[in-house]
Amino acid sequence: MEYEITLMTLAGIAVIAALGLNLITGFCGQISLGHAAFYGAGAYGAAMLTTNGVSFWLALPAGALVAGALGLVVGLASLRVRHDFLAITTMGVGFLFIGVVRQQDALGGEMGIYAIPDPGLGRLGYMVLVVVLAGLVAAFSLYLKRSWMGFAFDAIADDEDTALMVGIDVARYKLAAFAMGTAIAGVAGVLYAHEIKYIGPDSFGFPESIAMLAMVAVGGIGSVGGVAFAAVVMTVLPHWLQVVAEYKLLLYGALLFAVMRFSPGGLAGLVRSWRTRAGGFRIAATGKVEP
Amino acid sequence: MLAFELIVQGLIQGSIYALIAVGLTLVYGLLRILHIAHAALFTLGGYFGVLVTNATGSFGLAIVVAMVAVGGLGMLVYRFCYEPILARPPHVALIASIGLFIALEEVFRLVFGPYGISYTAPPLTATVVVASMNLKQAEIMVMAGVIVLIGGLAVLTRRTRVGIAWRATVTDPAMAQSFGVDVIKVRYLNFFIGSALAAAAGVMVALLNNLVEPTMGSVPSYKALAIIVLGGLGDVRGTLIAALALGVVESFGTIYLGTILDRDAIAFVFLIVVLMIRPQGLFGKT
Repeated sequence: MEYEITLMTLAGIAVIAALGLNLITGFCGQISLGHAAFYGAGAYGAAMLTTNGVSFWLALPAGALVAGALGLVVGLASLRVRHDFLAITTMGVGFLFIGVVRQQDALGGEMGIYAIPDPGLGRLGYMVLVVVLAGLVAAFSLYLKRSWMGFAFDAIADDEDTALMVGIDVARYKLAAFAMGTAIAGVAGVLYAHEIKYIGPDSFGFPESIAMLAMVAVGGIGSVGGVAFAAVVMTVLPHWLQVVAEYKLLLYGALLFAVMRFSPGGLAGLVRSWRTRAGGFRIAATGKVEP
Repeated sequence: MLAFELIVQGLIQGSIYALIAVGLTLVYGLLRILHIAHAALFTLGGYFGVLVTNATGSFGLAIVVAMVAVGGLGMLVYRFCYEPILARPPHVALIASIGLFIALEEVFRLVFGPYGISYTAPPLTATVVVASMNLKQAEIMVMAGVIVLIGGLAVLTRRTRVGIAWRATVTDPAMAQSFGVDVIKVRYLNFFIGSALAAAAGVMVALLNNLVEPTMGSVPSYKALAIIVLGGLGDVRGTLIAALALGVVESFGTIYLGTILDRDAIAFVFLIVVLMIRPQGLFGKT
């Protein structure tokens, strides 16, 4: 049971982090290859507080705040550079983050931070907290998708210049997407740090950024349900199948490639096209008018 | 004197970066794909170099085999990985490429073992004194090799019909096609040459470190991306200058900034600073 609880907790954390990235990349169309940096910023921020005696309940929002603030700065960069340039810039931010952390003795340097105190909820209680937070983030994502802000994000993701033309304040919405998405990643980071009780620079490197992007891409960019599902499966599966754990990276890479190659819409895209085919007649009857 | 030595070391490192990044920028210029898996071909080139040298004893043969074999593989990567998704939005190819890179690195680990392999008799190890500096023959060979390869590329693209067709396709594929250029052949050529150059870089890095390991492509892959962005994405001359500049900046940075930043982060500080001032890269056109 203990083992299942740990798995559930880790899966919940992955869901939160992936949904945060989905908000930036999926909703607002700003590709980020450095999401683990914000995850790490939250984890480090909170771990510095709790190892110095501050309560976990204060550290949780503080970690989100640190990550969100960093995200806002990177968001400013996204106003300057676009598309492929932005992808590489965010990747650079990821490397910069671990590059700086590695050399700071105050942050534990290469050794990382040990003995992060337990939040005192018990194993089960902590899992419940994580799952509830994951649910809240999912609900917030769904709400956001249907709000005016979600529509604005959609427009920006589709075509930034056109969005600007129809009077959408592109800069403000992009910053909002980055601040929210990275603050959510910060929450995931805080939860991760207090679950594993140890963090180091290697916990938040480029492979982790890619893992998160993989969850979003495999689940279906922009789909809340798809991304959450992919995050759970891609966290739990390697633990369950020891064979997979051995070839985890090979499978990750191959899966990422295969999904993009054969179904760029991810799992959500597959489900959608299957539904469309099943209900083809109905859609044809009520759908768009042929020119 | 230290400054001079740092510059030379930086230029050696920078010329390796240049060889890797040129292939990447060629692919980007033609297809608008950030070809991250390029660095896996670089690693494979290193393996070919060491394995063929150890088997036959000829380092020269090893370079040729590595370049031709990896160049051919590069064409296969284009045919089976990129061609089917060219019409998709750019992030599709980017993520697919990252996936391919991770998978290939794992394949190398499984096939060649996790610990890396070395030359049984490392070639070109003697040191020579140039301007009161101790340089390894290998280092001189690397610089000369890079000059020959890049020079050859320059001649090919400027002086031959194939090269002119190639440049025409990069500038305007539709127009080039209407003038009778086989655009698809140009793409294969592009991948062949880009990948062959990466393989040559792999052989050279294997020579300098006397080691190839499955993950040796990771750091160059990110750095090469930083370099082509700095160079203005798709601009070959800009990429060469950016690569050499980064090599020099790194060798100074390691000495003077080593306590606050590790070596690999310096490239990205340089990148971010430049992009915030010039979002189109150092040499990109607006």
